[in-house]
Amino acid sequence: MDKSEKKTTTRRDFLFTTSYTVGAVGLGAVIWPLIDQMNPDKAQKALATTEVDISQIEPGKSITVLWRGKPVFLKRRTQEEILEARSVSLNDLPHPEKDEERVKNGKDEWLVMLGVCTHLGCVPLSNKGDYKGWFCPCHGSHYDLSGRIRKGPAPKNMEIPKYEFVDANTIKIG
Amino acid sequence: MSEHEYVPKSKAGKWFNDRLPLLSLASHLTDYPTPKNLNYWWTFGGILTFCLLTQIITGIVLAMHYVAHADLAFASVEHIMRDVNYGWLIRYIHSNGASMFFLAVYIHIFRSLFYGSYKSPREIIWIIGLMIYLLMMAAAFMGYVLPWGQMSFWGATVITNLFSAIPLVGDSITTWLWGAYSVDNPTLTRFFSLHYLIPFLILGLVVLHIWALHIPGNNNPVGIDIKKPSKDTVPFHPYITIKDAFALLLFSIIFAGFVFFAPNVLGHSDNYIQANPMVTPAHIVPEWYLLPFYAILRSVPDKLGGVILMFGAIFILFVLPWLDTSKVRSAVFRPIYRQFFWILVLDVLVLGYVGAMPAEGIYLVLARVGTVYYFLHFIVILPVVGYLEKTEPVPLSISEPVLSGSADYSMAKKDNEKI
Repeated sequence: MDKSEKKTTTRRDFLFTTSYTVGAVGLGAVIWPLIDQMNPDKAQKALATTEVDISQIEPGKSITVLWRGKPVFLKRRTQEEILEARSVSLNDLPHPEKDEERVKNGKDEWLVMLGVCTHLGCVPLSNKGDYKGWFCPCHGSHYDLSGRIRKGPAPKNMEIPKYEFVDANTIKIG
Repeated sequence: MSEHEYVPKSKAGKWFNDRLPLLSLASHLTDYPTPKNLNYWWTFGGILTFCLLTQIITGIVLAMHYVAHADLAFASVEHIMRDVNYGWLIRYIHSNGASMFFLAVYIHIFRSLFYGSYKSPREIIWIIGLMIYLLMMAAAFMGYVLPWGQMSFWGATVITNLFSAIPLVGDSITTWLWGAYSVDNPTLTRFFSLHYLIPFLILGLVVLHIWALHIPGNNNPVGIDIKKPSKDTVPFHPYITIKDAFALLLFSIIFAGFVFFAPNVLGHSDNYIQANPMVTPAHIVPEWYLLPFYAILRSVPDKLGGVILMFGAIFILFVLPWLDTSKVRSAVFRPIYRQFFWILVLDVLVLGYVGAMPAEGIYLVLARVGTVYYFLHFIVILPVVGYLEKTEPVPLSISEPVLSGSADYSMAKKDNEKI
């Protein structure tokens, strides 16, 4: 650029720059509500916790409850199943996580996780697949007794939601 | 359009046309010089316009009776089928109309691939066409969700989850698309809104598609530039209109055949079960027209990789005019490309077939081979063949074949009839 041109920052340049800036901020302020209205609304967020009575579940059995529109598996594992889940070497796991990290300390028999395949969101079938855990029929992902991905296109272990034991027989999810 | 001097005969017509030149536009459209050798593969533009209008009209009518709510949608579709006067007919036209629309668009696209219609100077027509195709897929996908059956729900779940493959922001985007923490009522209502919007966007793009077409004029089976108007052209009306009308008639017979005799053959019976977020159907498949892309998605053992290849399979078509290095447009004069064209057709059909099958064993192998070949065709074969191929002599004009009446042109004609 010519040196003489460079120096002449005019009133008009200033007005252009400030107008564009204010205009861009204004446009953003108008567009954001139009975008954000698509995020979960207050009614959706209000469904954020579910309490489940687990007193009727026998060892080796599981139930499925709906939480925020998604199924949650609550499985009461037998000692053999826990031992099997813990005998796996972390090197064999695509998404390495110890079984201990996926359950509450002292409540090792309870596996609580989102029953949603981490590939494309189908509900895996229990007691199926090559690892005795879950098998997703949509695209063939196999999960083990800790809900960890072992084989197939899913990238991650099934998610553990935030949950707590309210008392010995009640779990609060969310 | 600018070279066209049209003066309405009546005084009122002239008064109006000076203020809004609609009569000039109508005159341009009727007199529009069209290559005289267009074959029946060129009638699908008109057929597609018919399909779009059919979907818009039946869709507006269906929206008068449909209720976009997770608790009511499924029942309202049954209400349309059982209670609404001719509701069954209108819904079957709309649902089969989507399939007919895609059937026509695939023929239209492959016609373009065979005769090189995407090449200079028609790249913009091609790109607008692809944008229409993308919008068609979005509209069809969202429309399939509206009856809120099992396939609706789980199809929506799988497709929206594709976006969760995006690193870092994927989960936020998916939640934003859903308006909930899973596919739920907010998802259904926004899909309905967008499903109603998209056809009108398509209509706008169709206007641009035709406008862009009318600048260079139609390509033709021999793929050469022609003088317009000349003895190589005929006016659009009545020559092309009557040919398009006859093709549309034949197309409508097939369309009506599906509507009246096999209205559910292209659908999936699981969609007559109401959506249940607790149970995934044993075998999820998209509608037939999306199967090749579904096969590509499943052929990759990595989530992000599968999603990238699937979208890449469509987006690679946007740069097709620059990947094809051959100066000759029509495959009629391209002996090597012609063979690869048919291999590509076969490849896409195989991908479509394995997309409907379980992703295991031989199907997975076929899907992988098919996927690799699909990309190989566009990235390697097209550019290389364009350089190496010895093309056959191209006629100077449509009326005067090379060396006046040689065997080459009759061969070309035979080829046109064959495909």
